[in-house]
Amino acid sequence: MVSGPSLDEQAYVREGATQTAVKILVVGHFAVGKTTFIGAISEIEPLTTEETMTRAAESVDDLKGVQGKTTTTVAMDFGRLTISDRVVLYLFGTPGQQRFVQMWEDMARGALGALVLVDPERLADSFAVIDLIEQYGLDYAIAVNHFDGAPLRDEMALRDALDLLEDTPVVTCDARDERSSADALITLVRHLQDRAH
Amino acid sequence: MNGFGELEPQTPELVRPYVITKGRGLPDEGQLSLITLVTAAADHEQRPTRLSPEEQNLLDLCSAGYLSVAEIAGHTQLPLGVVKILLAALTEGGYLITRAPVQRAPLADRDILEEVLNGLRAKFG
Repeated sequence: MVSGPSLDEQAYVREGATQTAVKILVVGHFAVGKTTFIGAISEIEPLTTEETMTRAAESVDDLKGVQGKTTTTVAMDFGRLTISDRVVLYLFGTPGQQRFVQMWEDMARGALGALVLVDPERLADSFAVIDLIEQYGLDYAIAVNHFDGAPLRDEMALRDALDLLEDTPVVTCDARDERSSADALITLVRHLQDRAH
Repeated sequence: MNGFGELEPQTPELVRPYVITKGRGLPDEGQLSLITLVTAAADHEQRPTRLSPEEQNLLDLCSAGYLSVAEIAGHTQLPLGVVKILLAALTEGGYLITRAPVQRAPLADRDILEEVLNGLRAKFG
């Protein structure tokens, strides 16, 4: 544990922006670039925390799927962006692991929506996380994180493979690039606006 | 010398989570979410203190401004569940005040999305 109040002023949410806190999930399979993406957008050094299943009064039901284990942990990364003088946005990133139901419930509850990072070379790895996002009823956009800068070869094939709805946006992005990552996020937010109308 | 049977000093990493939380259970989900913002109460220094080192640490961390529950867990490197339990106890004791994220409603959502969009464009456009 870090001892004492050692944080500088910038670590705290700006006065006023504390009026409304919102969150967007940045999800995708292992090593697809979630942490890089969050780091590109976040105004604070991305933080990591873990959700544990070590619960004092855990009922047997809640441990479904983790039989025989009393402690299970999974890490999630997150960052922060002060949007305006009254809104602060948090970005939470985690891999799609079905068995960490508790963590998914925590993350999904109240989220505006989700950006699903996808590696075009490993599309099948994204099925599980898209299933989870849909299961929690979150609207989402797909961001194809392409490391080599090559244009997306075949968007239709990707849509077919991921079984996307017609209006689900698909964008390409470079998670290392602030502007590119912000554009993907803007695409998501515009989609969320369409869905809200 | 590594004396046999000698008591190890208790560092936080060696303390089981239920000891830190004094056996308390998780608070209501609605009470403390990942993005609930937390800060020390203005009068927290006047309160009678019988706080554990972990509780005192959290209170110190929160005394300089607002942080989300997730950020507090990240900075202290304590498991999220443990942090939630400690924060709930400190809130109950009047040491901390919490500001829940705005309740979601279709109309409010539209305004928030508009504000988020404008904010992102202003920042990165």
